[in-house]
Parts: sequence; structure tokens; C-alpha cells
Amino acid sequence: MAADTIIEAKNLSKYFGKFKAVEDLSFAINHGDVYGFLGQNGAGKSTTMRMLLGLIFPDEGSVYIKGEKFGNRSRHLLKHVGAVIERPDLYKYLSGWDNLRMFAQLSGVPITTNRLHEVLEIVGLKGREQDKVKGYSQGMKQRLGIAIAMVHNPDLLILDEPTNGLDPQGIFEMRVLIQRLSKDFGKTILISSHLLYEIEQIATRMIIINRGKKIIEGDVTTLLSPDDTNVDVRIGAVDVATSLKASQWASALTNAVDGKLQFRMNPSHIPALNKWLVALGADVYEIKASHSLEAYFLSLTNEDNAKA
Amino acid sequence: MLRLELYKIFKRPRTYISFAIITAFALVIQLALVADGKNFISFALQGVNEQFDVKGNILNGYLVTYIILQSLLVQIPLLVALVAGDVLAGEANMGTMRLLLTKPVSRTRLVLVKYTASVCYALLLITWLAVIALALSVSIFGAGDLINLKSDSFVIILKDDVLWRYLAAFGFAALAMSTVSALALFLSSFADNAIGPIMGTMGVIVVLMIFTTLDLPIFNTISRYLFTTHMIGWKGFFDDPVPYAAITRSAVILAIYTVLFVGATIWWFNKKDIQS
Repeated sequence: MAADTIIEAKNLSKYFGKFKAVEDLSFAINHGDVYGFLGQNGAGKSTTMRMLLGLIFPDEGSVYIKGEKFGNRSRHLLKHVGAVIERPDLYKYLSGWDNLRMFAQLSGVPITTNRLHEVLEIVGLKGREQDKVKGYSQGMKQRLGIAIAMVHNPDLLILDEPTNGLDPQGIFEMRVLIQRLSKDFGKTILISSHLLYEIEQIATRMIIINRGKKIIEGDVTTLLSPDDTNVDVRIGAVDVATSLKASQWASALTNAVDGKLQFRMNPSHIPALNKWLVALGADVYEIKASHSLEAYFLSLTNEDNAKA
Repeated sequence: MLRLELYKIFKRPRTYISFAIITAFALVIQLALVADGKNFISFALQGVNEQFDVKGNILNGYLVTYIILQSLLVQIPLLVALVAGDVLAGEANMGTMRLLLTKPVSRTRLVLVKYTASVCYALLLITWLAVIALALSVSIFGAGDLINLKSDSFVIILKDDVLWRYLAAFGFAALAMSTVSALALFLSSFADNAIGPIMGTMGVIVVLMIFTTLDLPIFNTISRYLFTTHMIGWKGFFDDPVPYAAITRSAVILAIYTVLFVGATIWWFNKKDIQS
């Protein structure tokens, strides 16, 4: 384990009856990471996050927080962590202030009234804190949830689907807030989302899991290398398949169905590919490069599902 | 942490429903006895009047309080379960259990604090019952000797000898309600919705009370070990002489059940996956 590792999952497995929710999952989050946690619905993201927080007990494996093994007898380690898991469910009959104050008192460190005002300011809820939570919008509840998670100034924030249920404006504001928490306040963040574009915008490292198992983990910039750009080509009804398989493009070709071709390659080769197709007599209607996390995510999970 | 739990309980409007129900129930009985108390007393004392000449303020505050307490035997445990059955399951239902357990608080401590808060609520409820039943009845009907009518006998307790018995009876009722709270808390730890534990608590109490009241040999053997049999131990304070040994035995059995229920809740809650 690296010296600056804040939380580490080692060989975590969890079964619900015969269903393997998480299988032999290991990863580590270091200080300063904005760590994207990706997976399709039911892939095991929430179960893993709950195991990291001691809400669910792993059947195998362990969680280490700041190098110490975490369990029921070492729950004091949670003072290093703040979390919002799934929805930020709060006491609706209490005000935002009461909710924040109550959870602050459970956070294991002394918290001043000034600090409560400060976090309300950071999440943009100043002036609305005396309203009852039942009158809050989903976005306000999410922001109050984050205020509660960060009120004790933890090293790590675990945010499970923080943009769930938000409108586009809310999603944008949440993204700005998370980026601010990382850059301005130096928080290490573990974030899961099914909105891959959001993760692509803010994560520095990421892990993709499928059916409870790790598919890949690493730096976002490395994983989303230009060489792995998806290039979709639509051409007229000319049979180029045989020529393609014998050409220099064969290794980049990932799919060819009717007039639709798919390549994984560096986009700098697109003009040469276009010239080659035209020289073959093909009518090229469209060439689209999609160098996105979504394309990458889908290609990896589809490959994994195909193997299963 | 206990202060926070009590704050949460007493900030919920539904907490006060129990106090309103007790108040309404006591007031209805008091008003009915103000309106038609004489007929009620002559009917109740039919058998006694044939052999004894009973005179004085029979329909007094002490007797009215006893009638109210007898009538609330089943209702009070339900009202206690309303809060105790909700303390864990209600948090799961609201989703706040997730947030609570992401804080560095031990699960054992959380259970103990929640149990203590439910007992505080039960104690307040009993205190309120004492005020509304005893204080109000005495102020309306005045004080007097208490006639405790039983199925085959009756006991007369002199006016000056009654008050301490009520205080002791309310103290014993508080212990019994602590056991009910512990049962409701235990059932609450299995559920993600408060309705189940509340109804479950009532179900257990009603079924066990049937065992207690049905005079069948097979039930007689087990009923002495059921906590419901001992919940009505407060009635012993209105016997003459007071059966202290039986009351102490009942109190010990209630305490054992309480420890067992709370202990089982702690054991289960410490290994429970929070999936709500």
C-alpha cells in the first residue's frame, strides 16, 4: 500500500444467497484522487461502496482506511470519511440546519457553529438552512447531503450517484461543486455515476466493474488514450470487407455489418482511411470519432458480457 | 447522542398522538363517571351491598384512576410500541440509517441510545398517565378510600394508604413498559418499516396475554414464565397485604426479558447488512 493511500479494498467479495454481487475486488484510492467508479446497474458499485463504509459486511476480503483494518471494532476510522450513499435521505420533518447540526455531532470531531455556516456556504445552501427539508428540491437535498458528509473535514468523500434525479442545471452545479471540493479544498473523492460524461469531466482515475468484478483500473488520461478512439464509418453498399481484411486497417477493424464499419484507432489516421475507402470506390457518407468514456465503457463491458 | 435521539422523537408530531390518546381516553372515562357514576357504582357494588353497608365517597379519584388503568392495559403497550418499534425500522424506512452508520458511532452504542430514548418516552407517557388519570381524577372526584373489587373478594384501602401504592404501581408499570420497549426494539431491528414491529409487538403481547388469561393447565405451566403475566404485577400494590415477594419476582422476570431483548438486538444489529 502506498504511503498516501486513504482507502484500500483488498479482495472484497459479497454474496447475496447464491448471487455474487462483488467478487475478489481490489483497488486503492490515494490522496488527491478523484476516483470514478463505473459499472452498469447491478454491477456491484453500491454494494462495494457500502462495504467500504461498513454498512455491508464483506464475506471475504478487507477494507483498510489509512492503513488500519476497518470493521465494527474500528468504526472510529470513519472520521476520515464522509459519504452520501444513493439518495441523501434526511429527516424531512427537521430543518436543514437541524439535520446538519445533528449529523455533525456524530462525526467524531468537535465542530463549531462557524464550520456549519461555512459548509452551508460551500454547498450553496446559505439562507435556506432554516427551511424544513421536506420543502427542499432534490438538488438541495443532495447539496445538504454533501454538507453533512464534509462537515467534519474528512480526507475522503464517497459520493454514490450524486447527480441522480437532478435536472441538467442541477447536474452542472453538482459537477462544479465536486470539482471545487477537489481543487479548492483538496478532498479526495470516490464518485460513482451512471452518467459517464460526468465522470469523464471530473475523474483523474477510474475503475470499471462488471458483474462484481474489476475489468480495468487506471488513470483516465491513460485509459482514454487517443489510440483507443472509436471511429464509426458509414459507406454505400460496396463490399469492402475482403479488401479491409487484407489491408493495413485490418487490425483496427472491430466490426463490419452491411455499410457500417467500426474501428478502434488514433483519429489522426481518419484522412488516410477516408482516402483508402474512396480509392476502393466506396461512397463515404459519414465518419464519426467518438473518443469518450461512454464508448470505452460500453466496449469493455460488452466484451466482458460476451465472454460470460 | 441521547439528546439527539430525544430531539428527533419529540420533534415528530406523531409522538404526541399517544399523549393525546391517553388524555382523550381518561377524559372520556372521567366525563362518563361524572355523568353516570352513581349508577355505575351501584351496579358494580350489587353483590357487596347485599352483605355490607357501604357508605362514603365511593366514586372518588382513586377508584376512577384504578378504572382508567384497568381499561388501558392493552392500549399503553401499543402506544409505547409506536415509538420503540420505529426507532430502528423508521430510520431504515426513511433511509437515514445509511447516513447514521457512515458516522463513527458504534452500532452497539446506537442501539443502546435508541433503547434509552424509547424508555424515556415510555416513562414520560406513564408520568403523563399519572397526571391525567390520578391528579385530574382526584381533583374532579376528590380523594377517598379505594375499594378494589376482585372476582371473588374485595379489598378496602384507606384513603391515607392509597397514594404511595399508586406511585409504586406507576413505577412498576414503567418497568413493564421498558420490557415492551425492548421487545419492540428487537422486532424493529429486523424490519425496514415501522408497521411490522409495532403490529408484531402487539401481536406477541395479545397472544401471550391469551395464554395468561386462559385458565388451562397447559397454559398455566408456561404462563408463569411469560413477561405478559408479570406486566400486570402493579395490581399487587392494591392487595392487602401487598405481596412483595411476587411483585419482586415479576420485576426480576421483566428485567431478565428486557436484558435478553436488548442483548439480542445488539447481537443482531452488529451483524446486519444495511441495505435500505
